[in-house]
Amino acid sequence: MTLINTLFPLGWQHYLLGGLTIGAGVALLYLFNGWVGGMSSVFSSSWSFVSKRAFFQQDRFVSTRNWRLVYALGVVLGALVWRFTLAGGEAQHTSVPAWQLLVGGFLVGYGARLGNGCTSGHGICGLGSLQLPSLGAVLTFMATAFMTANLMAWSLA
Amino acid sequence: MKNLNPHTLSLPKALVTLVAGALFGFGLSLATMVQPEVVLSFLRFQDWGLMLVMGGAAGLAMLAYKGFPRWLGRPLLGGQFLTQPASWNRQTVIGSAIFGIGWGLSGVCPGPAIAALGTGNTDILWALGGIVLGGLAHGLTARD
Repeated sequence: MTLINTLFPLGWQHYLLGGLTIGAGVALLYLFNGWVGGMSSVFSSSWSFVSKRAFFQQDRFVSTRNWRLVYALGVVLGALVWRFTLAGGEAQHTSVPAWQLLVGGFLVGYGARLGNGCTSGHGICGLGSLQLPSLGAVLTFMATAFMTANLMAWSLA
Repeated sequence: MKNLNPHTLSLPKALVTLVAGALFGFGLSLATMVQPEVVLSFLRFQDWGLMLVMGGAAGLAMLAYKGFPRWLGRPLLGGQFLTQPASWNRQTVIGSAIFGIGWGLSGVCPGPAIAALGTGNTDILWALGGIVLGGLAHGLTARD
């Protein structure tokens, strides 16, 4: 029991339940539509609405841009439902400084698109379809994320 | 009349997509992955919950990706069971490494950044804006 408390000081049930709910969404999209639902592609495919650049006009973005936007809209709705059912309706806040969010976000967007996937594309869909390159991607971003997060913690301590 | 694009978004498919996304967003919120502090505490080895989130989600995804094509000929609403092969090359390594640096700096990744619009976490709009711009910067400088 103490091991569980050490690994999961805030409890573990909500993590597993939340993960299974995410997995259920990914499974549903596959069962009914046959589509692989990673998240970061929407940040390339949606630019195809605005930019005529050949990169954005690739078929893999143009042909999926509509459903990817609907999928992202669903994520917003799901989070909204959670907020007004389980979270008492209050807006959430974070204490992470704005510059870290902005710079970190830029690197997340650039890196996920260069590496063709993020925590959901490689981490959930890629690992879920047993793809070795995705395992490599996950180990790579976990390693640099561990280093960055701990360096930041030390430098601010 | 035959539509050969397997990504065509019919109304039933759009509804399923919306529900699937909603489950994704609800699950992210329930698992507190929408809170950068929780993600950063995982990355600082203080709380291993993120492993349960990713493990639970990837486990169900594996059942779906391996099971459905075997048990059913095609998706319930037509089309085909698509695959998205990942490749291992320089771009994957460098991109993932950059992604990890940003993730470790912000505690935010693409799913939670989108979900922030629903949880009302306006602080995270900084990160969402960054991701949108990062995706643009990548596309404008990509060679392929």
